Amino acid sequence: MTTTDRPQPSVQAKEAQPGGLSPLRRMTSGLTARQPGGSGSTLLRHLVWVLVGAVIVYFVSYGIEPFRNYQFATVAAYLCVTVGLTMLTGLNGQLSLGHSAFMAVGAYTVALLQNEFSDRNILGNWTLLVSLPLGVLAAALAGALIGVCAARLRGPYLAGVTLAVALVVPAFTTYFSSVFNADQGLSVYVEPAPAALGPYFPPERWQAWIAILCAMITLLLVANLIRSRFGRSFKAVRDDEIAAKLSGIHVARTQILAFVVSAACAGIGGGVIAVITQNVSPSVFGLTLSLNLLLAIVLGGLGSMFGAVWGALLLVFLPYLTTQMTRDVELSPSLSRNLEGNLPLALFGLILIIMMLLAPTGIQGAFRKLGMIIRRRMSRPRRSEAN
Amino acid sequence: MHRIAVRGIAIAACLALAVTTAACSDEAPSSGGGSTANVPGVTDTEITFGTHQPLTGPASAGYSKISPATKAYFDYVNAAGGVYGRKIKYLVEDDGYNPANTQTLVRKLVLEDKVFAILNGLGTPTHTGVLDFIKSQNVPDLFVASGSRSWNQPDKYPTTFGYQPDYTVEGKIMADYVKKTYPGQVVCHLGQDDDFGRDSLAGVERVFGASGVKEKQKYVTSMTTLAPQIGAFKTAGCQVIISGTIPGFTARGLGAAAQLGYKPQWVVSSVGADNLTLSGLLGANKGLLEGLISVGYLPIAVDESNPWIQLYKKINASNNGNAPFDNNIVYGMTVGYLTVQALLKAGKNLTREGLVKAIESGGFKNAAAGPYRFSKTDHSGIGGMQMGKISGGVQAAFGPVYETDDGDGAVKEYTEAATAPPSNGIPTDTAVK
Amino acid sequence: MEFFILVTIDGISRGMIYAAFALALVLIWRAARVVNFAQGAMAVVTSYAAYKIADATDSYVLGFAVAVVFGLLLGAAVERGLMRFVGHANPLNDVIIALGLALFLTSVIGMIFGGEYQPANQPFDTKAMEAGGVSWMTHYDLFIWGTVAAVVVLLGLLFTRTAVGLRMRAAAFAPEVSRLLGVSVGRMLTLGWALAAAVGAVAGVLILPTESGLHPHAMDIAFASAFTGAVVGGLDSPVGSVVGGIMVGLVLSYVSGYIAPSVTPIAVLVVLLAVLLVRPGGIFSSVRARAV
Repeated sequence: MTTTDRPQPSVQAKEAQPGGLSPLRRMTSGLTARQPGGSGSTLLRHLVWVLVGAVIVYFVSYGIEPFRNYQFATVAAYLCVTVGLTMLTGLNGQLSLGHSAFMAVGAYTVALLQNEFSDRNILGNWTLLVSLPLGVLAAALAGALIGVCAARLRGPYLAGVTLAVALVVPAFTTYFSSVFNADQGLSVYVEPAPAALGPYFPPERWQAWIAILCAMITLLLVANLIRSRFGRSFKAVRDDEIAAKLSGIHVARTQILAFVVSAACAGIGGGVIAVITQNVSPSVFGLTLSLNLLLAIVLGGLGSMFGAVWGALLLVFLPYLTTQMTRDVELSPSLSRNLEGNLPLALFGLILIIMMLLAPTGIQGAFRKLGMIIRRRMSRPRRSEAN
Repeated sequence: MHRIAVRGIAIAACLALAVTTAACSDEAPSSGGGSTANVPGVTDTEITFGTHQPLTGPASAGYSKISPATKAYFDYVNAAGGVYGRKIKYLVEDDGYNPANTQTLVRKLVLEDKVFAILNGLGTPTHTGVLDFIKSQNVPDLFVASGSRSWNQPDKYPTTFGYQPDYTVEGKIMADYVKKTYPGQVVCHLGQDDDFGRDSLAGVERVFGASGVKEKQKYVTSMTTLAPQIGAFKTAGCQVIISGTIPGFTARGLGAAAQLGYKPQWVVSSVGADNLTLSGLLGANKGLLEGLISVGYLPIAVDESNPWIQLYKKINASNNGNAPFDNNIVYGMTVGYLTVQALLKAGKNLTREGLVKAIESGGFKNAAAGPYRFSKTDHSGIGGMQMGKISGGVQAAFGPVYETDDGDGAVKEYTEAATAPPSNGIPTDTAVK
Repeated sequence: MEFFILVTIDGISRGMIYAAFALALVLIWRAARVVNFAQGAMAVVTSYAAYKIADATDSYVLGFAVAVVFGLLLGAAVERGLMRFVGHANPLNDVIIALGLALFLTSVIGMIFGGEYQPANQPFDTKAMEAGGVSWMTHYDLFIWGTVAAVVVLLGLLFTRTAVGLRMRAAAFAPEVSRLLGVSVGRMLTLGWALAAAVGAVAGVLILPTESGLHPHAMDIAFASAFTGAVVGGLDSPVGSVVGGIMVGLVLSYVSGYIAPSVTPIAVLVVLLAVLLVRPGGIFSSVRARAV
């Protein structure tokens, strides 16, 4: 067997071909993952998912109204970040409270480049194809810098350093205020939707397309990374650092790689935010955002791509729903004075606590349990027959 | 098998969520740019305004009382029949002073709640972020609650209007008063390290020149003490400190100075000089406020002799649950009053363009000390201020009203008499022809 | 020179308060391996109680005592009523629950008392003492130093000289073995949380007169600084938390006074990285022979 010596019944059943594996399989075995019950290239599988998702998004975006499109665009932006963060924290075990800073790096890079383009009168939607990747690169560099410094740190010590990183953003923008315009931030020039889509095409839908496209690409790349040997070395280091080292995995390099990839994801998330809100300012990317991202990935389901999706959805829709719920409560002026604003937040906090107590493995974990229950129900008659 | 089951459930749930959220939303708008017959936010019986305010969070102190006061004034007007038979509805959204929330909330107000106009959006960093969106949607953006100069750009943002005097105007008026009243003394400046402090200093330097201000210190709101800054002032021998500070830091400055046994003359911006707020912050040390000079543009809340204060107190008791009456409530109600004036001027046939034109026609007179400078080329707001002083624990205005611009114009006295409120408290402005 | 003294004294006073806060974080970390992100909010709750009582009865001492008692009760309640039920599938669950609790507590305080700054008065005269014409420290600074030192000494004595302290340390270090030896691990855990919350309450009461006043969000920044101090000193070391807290206070004060107030976060990050690059477990971390 090419993978392990442990008995894996379904794999054995599939691999029991005369003569063992085909030469093609043997050659590509290092590149593709061996899933029990899975077959074919991971890349192809994920590409199919992405295309299906893209088609669904296209149709849905026509049927919903502009504000909903905007909300989905923000979900997509946060999704870029949560995907990287859940990989970093869930699969690699590094807790980072500073991803809002990497988002800021990506966002400000995109903002500065877009404004530079517009100043030189270089217009057109293609400029985003330059700004966004450069934003990713800048964030990746920042991630490499912090990652190298933090490679030896574990647990709360890493959390402390990343917390300090998150708090540094306003300091930078104030100190270099001639470039970053301090607290007021920069407005970002973004070309409106191409005229070919029609004169009444709502800009929110165009922004949603851009955002969701970026999210899909990020999802695709990270999902593939997780299934590759890099993903396996992430998990190995998380589970047992010494065993991983003994197996020949370079621990520091693995940690740094995970950090850089997640920072790059945060960079593209920040860049997308810059594009859809057309504005960047330091208070958007503060410690609160970092903590919210953490909330999102844990509530969604740590370590899973679907968990990242749930988390991003929660991050956008839970505050919206709690405010809508409390808005219709008509109160006298003296009561509403203190309750307004505070009531939805208290509700939000309460929901967080309850969700964590009821579903400790997050939403995706709850679905997984549901799936296992269904599977057990379905396989029960077969088992009793075998016995 | 298990994986497929899980994936299947997850996808089904995803789709269900997407479809339900889509179904929950209202029907898609017509693909047109907006028909002229239907003005968003205006029906025969109702006008809807929206705002974003910091109702919670570290910046909520004081500011959270403004929107309830404005709402109370609107309720008062609604009880008397509204404006041309339309009642005013005021949707207040809490952004916690976080620009990310402001982005979402303003879009919600404009796209989902379909408000007629955005009114009194609070905060410089928060509101700056939504200017482009508001412009692209052609929504009137009235009376932004901040003293930044960004709201006065009629070419770039034709529907955005400021309200209070900007920080440079304030700095100039404070500096001019200091120059005349304390000639020859060493003048220094303390400012918040953002637009507020910077514009304030720019105004002061226009009067004194850059070298005329001996020591300039800055602070950020995340700091916990001003001791180093005040220590630097003491070392430099500053006798007058002009400050662009928020109340918390005015209090901290006074406390730090007392700690060092240092007694300069404080001249404080309208943002951070409210006696009631400062007394609350200083508690037992409120004796430190004695002699503090401030500058303001609205009647002071404790001035019982002012007819506007009497009117506001009455409305506060009847429509605002008798909230503790302070300058934030005066602010909120004056904004409400100005809005009703603008609506009346815009006429019964209310459109967004009509409202903008009505405001640009200018000539508004209400509780504010100085003239409203609204015109086609000036969207700034109130252009005059009056000095105030705290003596015997009471803050009172004194002296003439000064007016100036945020450029090189001199500081002049504004000699028009103050207006009195109408007897029923509802403006009687007539429509622009 | 006067400026330097002023800045140093100020830095040490702030630092002592951060040290007290950091001590609370270290206590819970050692007992439960959890970073208590709700510490700031809990301190706000106890401080509101303290100052409201102090205002009503005109007695600072009574308010202080109320804060400590209320802190003990609150800490025990949080542990018994909430943290006990958190699934340990994932160490982050505690963090999320703590964040949710912090949000909830802050909003409830806002609902009851409103968002206005309430007065929080110092018990002493604000004028600084002079020595040789130079403004030295205030009485309040001395009070802060004394109180925090007393807390550290008392806790040290509790942990090293009393039977309860020994049981608490045993329960944290080796829970299974302690259970076998008759130590009620659950009760020790509750006691740990209670003590930590009480220490946090003391820190909260001390810091508020130097802030703008009582406000639901008054402790946010202090918490971040205290956490940094605890990390610098080493989360396993109470001495480390004190040293780390004072270091952070001094760095903040010097940078704010001599360079610019806006760059203080950068300075803190630099100090943090400098310390952790040399000693990844904080200054007072125990050396572990883990190199492979």
